[in-house]
Amino acid sequence: MIGAGIDIGSRSIECAVLENGRIKETRKTDTGFDPIRQAKKLIRDLSFDTILATGYGRNLFEIEQDASTVTEIKAHARGALYSFPEATTVLDIGGQDSKVIRLDPAGRVIRFEMNDRCAAGTGKFLEIMAQALGFTLSSFGAAAASAKKQLSISSMCTVFAESEVTSLLARGENPEEIAKGLHQSVVKRAVSMLNRVSPEGPVVFSGGVANNAYIVKRLRQATDRPVWIPQSPEMNGAVGAALLACND
Amino acid sequence: MKSDLFKKLQQITEQNLIDIETHKQEGNHAIGFYCLYAPTELAVAANAIPLPLCGTRQDPIEAAEEVLPRNLCPLIKSSYGFAASDTCPFFRFSDLIVADTTCDGKKKMFELMNEIKPVHVLQLPQQQNMDLFLAPWETEVAQLKQKVEELTGKSITTQDIRDAIRLLNRERTAQKRLMDVCKAKPSPLTGMELLEILFKTGFFADKEKGIAIMNEIADTCEALSKNNESPFKKETPRILLTGVPVGLGSDKVVKIIEESGACVVAYENCSGYKKAFQVDEEKDPIAALSAQYLSIPCSVMSPNQGRLDLLGEMIPEFSVDGVVDLTWQACHTYNVEAHQIQQFVTEKLSIPYLHIETDYSLSDTEQLRVRIEAFLEMV
Repeated sequence: MIGAGIDIGSRSIECAVLENGRIKETRKTDTGFDPIRQAKKLIRDLSFDTILATGYGRNLFEIEQDASTVTEIKAHARGALYSFPEATTVLDIGGQDSKVIRLDPAGRVIRFEMNDRCAAGTGKFLEIMAQALGFTLSSFGAAAASAKKQLSISSMCTVFAESEVTSLLARGENPEEIAKGLHQSVVKRAVSMLNRVSPEGPVVFSGGVANNAYIVKRLRQATDRPVWIPQSPEMNGAVGAALLACND
Repeated sequence: MKSDLFKKLQQITEQNLIDIETHKQEGNHAIGFYCLYAPTELAVAANAIPLPLCGTRQDPIEAAEEVLPRNLCPLIKSSYGFAASDTCPFFRFSDLIVADTTCDGKKKMFELMNEIKPVHVLQLPQQQNMDLFLAPWETEVAQLKQKVEELTGKSITTQDIRDAIRLLNRERTAQKRLMDVCKAKPSPLTGMELLEILFKTGFFADKEKGIAIMNEIADTCEALSKNNESPFKKETPRILLTGVPVGLGSDKVVKIIEESGACVVAYENCSGYKKAFQVDEEKDPIAALSAQYLSIPCSVMSPNQGRLDLLGEMIPEFSVDGVVDLTWQACHTYNVEAHQIQQFVTEKLSIPYLHIETDYSLSDTEQLRVRIEAFLEMV
């Protein structure tokens, strides 16, 4: 049985195809302003027996393609267990939201908390800040890592933080040091949610932001817990959905 | 059959506005109430219609925010907004407003509302220690009686209050009977339908009409259950909604839960089961009213063991599969109390629990839907 999972997020769409429990293929694209058109384009020549949709655009996909859906909570939990069967906690930081999921020993979701009302602590925050400081997203982590000192930003709000960054740069402050402070603020928010929802046990860190090695490093330091990263962390939701599509 | 009764409910609801006007034209009064703590028997005893004014709509909030801070409970803003914009016929009908010092926000809002219409404020104790606080509360209740006498020009006798207690006990019996039909598996009534009935009957000038229609609907529902008829299936997840009051207009969470394939079978809040008490008909009426009403387990009371006890009873009785705990934004008492409720529900009763914090606007509907769907995946 070939099962596909599609994670239609607000910034990007990921698709994973699994056969007999193994990942056959993965694809991704930007969501743009027409998520369904992008999703259809992504899966156009893909072959599968069944497909399950998750993410913010799942209900649109359900109607258009006559597919079933599952929430990103369940999908990320399932995906995390695929990579790390002993996972007790999932931290997912995506393009515009972040979530923490607690699992019981049988892998069932028992508690979760989402931040989907505020860009602070999400990929969007890092994207905006990288641009304000003149870095690319892919070099942002390394830039932050290279700084000797850390300049903390006091604003919680992404929009106000961007203004604060601009002022600091105008004052001649070092962009790498500012980058370091910004990375710390993302980690701080993640740790706060982790402590509330699931204070112990290994954490599976999924979502695009987990590709940032410096965030991962700071997270490990701040939580003093094992932090495990799946092979393609941004694919985690799609992989989970694909497994659930196969009733696995 | 059920739909005929809902049509009848709507007819009575529309006729009710005329009934209230007629009642007033005949020289009688209407008294507005905001909170379950104030004994409405004292209005009924003077032949005044008690009207529940607690705001459940988003529309008047804009008007309220001209004066009140945005960062305030939507129920308080809605209630004040209706008064300030004169868009609630029941507020308009009310000759006197009865308020209680339940929470900080309400306390201060009533000071401002007093500039619109006279507000009589009851000083509600913050704790249910009867030894310490029953006597002062009885004084407040007695003072309310005096105020109603001044307003109506009637003298309220002990018998008047006893009669009122008996009538409202019958009303509460009918409400409880209606809520209890949802104990059936599956429930013959949707959570939205139950909410609609409780909300609309609350405004009736003639309480006998309310008692009658609630009993008729309960009869029909019990018959449906005997025939195993229901809008739901046996496997439909049964949800108990606890926390803040909900009504027509502030029912977003109930709607989303039921759109997502579950049913709300019980309300542990002051819109629902917190009303299902009886006042002692033998004791001195003021004493009986004071003691019973003071026992209501709202989060404004500290501590609030009564709520845990009530949940402990309701959850098995209604065969509840999951608990959704609703807090209006800026409602600190229910928000802080959620932590204890979470522990109780998940650890003592081993049932899935979801805490939702929101306001009256529809802007976060999709965010709520994800959380509720994910919660139902857990159930």
